[in-house]
Amino acid sequence: MSKTTEQVRKSLGKRYRAEKRFKAYGIAAIGFGLMALVLLFTDIIGKGHSAFFESYVQMDVTFDQDTLDIMDLRDEEELNFANYDGLIRDALMEKFPGVEGRQEKRELYGLISTGAGYMLRDMLREDRDLIGQTRTLWLLADDDVDVYVKAGDNDRLESRLSDNQRKWIETFEAEDKLELQWNRSLFTHGDSREPEQAGIWGAVTGSFFTMIVTLLLSFPIGVAAAIYLEEFAPKNKFTDFIEVNINNLAAVPSIIFGLLGLAVIIGLFGMPRSVPLVGGIVLTLMTLPTIIISSRAAIKAVPPSIRQAAMGLGASNMQVVLHHVLPLALPGMLTGAIIGMAQALGETAPLLMIGMVAFIVDVPGGPLDPSTVLPVQIYLWADSPEQSFVALTSAAIMVLLSFLIAMNTLAVFLRKRLERRW
Amino acid sequence: MQTGNLLLLLVVMIAGAYYLGHRRSFALARPLGGIRHLHSLPFYYAMRTAIWCAIPALAILGAWLAFDDTLIRVMVMDSLPAASFPADASSANLLLNQIGNVASGAIASSEVSPAVAAAAEKLNNLRELNSMAVAVVVIVVAMLGTAWGWVKISPQMRARQQVEKVLQTLFMLSATIAILTTVGILMSVMFESIRFFGKVPATDFLFGLQWSPQTALRADQVASEGAFGAIPLFMGTLLISAIALLVAVPVGLMSAIYLAEYAPARVRSFAKPALEVLAGVPTVVYGFFAALTVAPVIRQLGESIGLNVASESALAAGLVMGVMIIPFVSSLADDVITAVPQALRDASLGLGATRSETIKKVIFPAALPGIMGGILLAASRAIGETMIVVMAAGLAANMTVNPLEAVTTVTVQIVTLLTGDQEFDSAKTLAAFALGLMLFITTLLLNVVALHIVKKYREQYD
Repeated sequence: MSKTTEQVRKSLGKRYRAEKRFKAYGIAAIGFGLMALVLLFTDIIGKGHSAFFESYVQMDVTFDQDTLDIMDLRDEEELNFANYDGLIRDALMEKFPGVEGRQEKRELYGLISTGAGYMLRDMLREDRDLIGQTRTLWLLADDDVDVYVKAGDNDRLESRLSDNQRKWIETFEAEDKLELQWNRSLFTHGDSREPEQAGIWGAVTGSFFTMIVTLLLSFPIGVAAAIYLEEFAPKNKFTDFIEVNINNLAAVPSIIFGLLGLAVIIGLFGMPRSVPLVGGIVLTLMTLPTIIISSRAAIKAVPPSIRQAAMGLGASNMQVVLHHVLPLALPGMLTGAIIGMAQALGETAPLLMIGMVAFIVDVPGGPLDPSTVLPVQIYLWADSPEQSFVALTSAAIMVLLSFLIAMNTLAVFLRKRLERRW
Repeated sequence: MQTGNLLLLLVVMIAGAYYLGHRRSFALARPLGGIRHLHSLPFYYAMRTAIWCAIPALAILGAWLAFDDTLIRVMVMDSLPAASFPADASSANLLLNQIGNVASGAIASSEVSPAVAAAAEKLNNLRELNSMAVAVVVIVVAMLGTAWGWVKISPQMRARQQVEKVLQTLFMLSATIAILTTVGILMSVMFESIRFFGKVPATDFLFGLQWSPQTALRADQVASEGAFGAIPLFMGTLLISAIALLVAVPVGLMSAIYLAEYAPARVRSFAKPALEVLAGVPTVVYGFFAALTVAPVIRQLGESIGLNVASESALAAGLVMGVMIIPFVSSLADDVITAVPQALRDASLGLGATRSETIKKVIFPAALPGIMGGILLAASRAIGETMIVVMAAGLAANMTVNPLEAVTTVTVQIVTLLTGDQEFDSAKTLAAFALGLMLFITTLLLNVVALHIVKKYREQYD
């Protein structure tokens, strides 16, 4: 055996070990990435799943006309501003007689959410015969109660509730008059300072209007720009300049687009702050590069034989594009547009700049109403000090993520179904 | 008339113009013996008429809407008596707000001075006049356009060429929006920055070591000028981005190498999209994760080994940001690694090198420019990232390289300076634009260099 072979053989063990180590690093890297993904999702779901249910307590409520302070039942105004909280207080006092003193009473009344009064109001407006009757109702509990009910035994010790309140809750629990019900307000209400009444519906509608504006602007403009660059643009400096700009805009930080919106769209053109229309325009500018790039790829994928066949039959350039290339490229363009929309739906920073962070209770009715969007709502809630908002934020994140997953699945589905390979 | 209704009316008019043009082309063709005697198909005559109806009217409407608010504002301000004329820009804004509120009925006109009430009335009158005027002008222009387009139709007219020309111009205008956006960004950050540098010297901003932008309400308050030295922000940004890259580059690179060179097809088809999910998660979600899960864990870990960790440590924000960037690095690196020709691999393996030796000695050097480009792009991403740092990093501008302390970044300061506060003129608001300019220039440079490197490298093997 030669000396060199000997040397190589000696070093083989070491080299193979290095090989194994290197491969292990690779597996570890992938594992780290996947672990982060799993951790992120389990953390969000673990924190958020409880927010889909909230605590209700069962009580006998008497619709007493004197307590309500209503003179005339037909008067809508009086019905709206009647003392519904008084009914709940009476019910609570009846349930726990012997509560004395201001402090203790306040603690007792604090068990029930202020939203419960609105429920009673709506019931009475539906059916005025309720006056004088007693009903057994499930009333929405306060968020501190909700946190306490959902907490484990150890966490209960750290609750913000007083000893009295704990005792009362345990009474409710012992009588089986406290239960978790589906959190309807989460999907029907706008924002609120009270976690148990806060919902994402306002933000979802705001996101919806913003996305509509974005789609209506960015898809036609993006497709038109892609057609121009692929089919008509002469090879000159100007075209190159456009291309350079598109590539750079794709990598400009999103917050810069917010500055543009603030200075130009709001400052110069005098459009109102906080509205989905402006948000949509800003997001359009941000998503345009994505849509243009994917639309161009879709146009490039149409084989030249189709173009040549159409031209051979006497079609003009524009007819070739509009009648033949565009329909064939459309599925690819749509896929790109959906991915761009998904990006825009999750975007927060530029919308902060144009004032979509306002605290807005009303559900917006159109693209010119002040509103917020889902990611911004998440940001706002994440900043709130109440403990219940942590769960609510995670629930909102789960809703946002499911929208995104749905959109991306749709994009993958469209690509598989409609995109043709030549 | 409301703008929405006006637009709807315009759409109806455009459809009408289309119909009229269509009818007229048929009417002209009939005596000649059918539409084959026309130069273009009836569709093009109809489209041409519709275009004549739509484009002049829409152009006037757009220009009008863009500037009417500003004009009305100026006219209302001019109508104010000289005595109540505001002294500076911010009180002018306040006054305008007040007038607007009175005009919309949010404030009763009895609660304000007669000058303001008069101005509010004038505002209402002007607005009404304005909406009437725009409706009339737009409708008349649309009708004139339609008539012109309709009259000019003739069998010899080259309607198809004209329509195609208009379409092509529209396409080109769509493409130039990319340029307009860039110009708009540059203009907006430049103008405001220049105004900012008028108040605060550029050298103070670029080299100042103290950042405390709160301007005083009263002149005699402590620290009333506010300090606008941006170095602590730059350091904070760099610190967090460096932590992010320290996480993302090794992990992203090794995943890309493993996926491209080792992984069986089944693992690859599962792991690659799974990693890319990380890029699709909205940044606000990462921010929440960093602030509420990662930061407390790091704090507890640090305390358990006796370290003092800030609750908004740079480490937490950087770590999570790193996770976010992993897919950028890995997919870009994957692209360049798979682009290395198979012949290089075969040659190296044929000489007896192990796989890892091939990767380290042959593939990695060949792919290096592309990988560098990818890393630069990732860095620009990290520098411009906003939500994670807004939610998980601090507000205090500390000059430190200790990842366990709280630092603040350029993007955090832009957000804090611009949310809530409305006045356009204070140094505080303008400082945000100056920071935006810095951010834009930095990311632009990184992108240009990265794209250049990637492009140059690609040419070698294609």
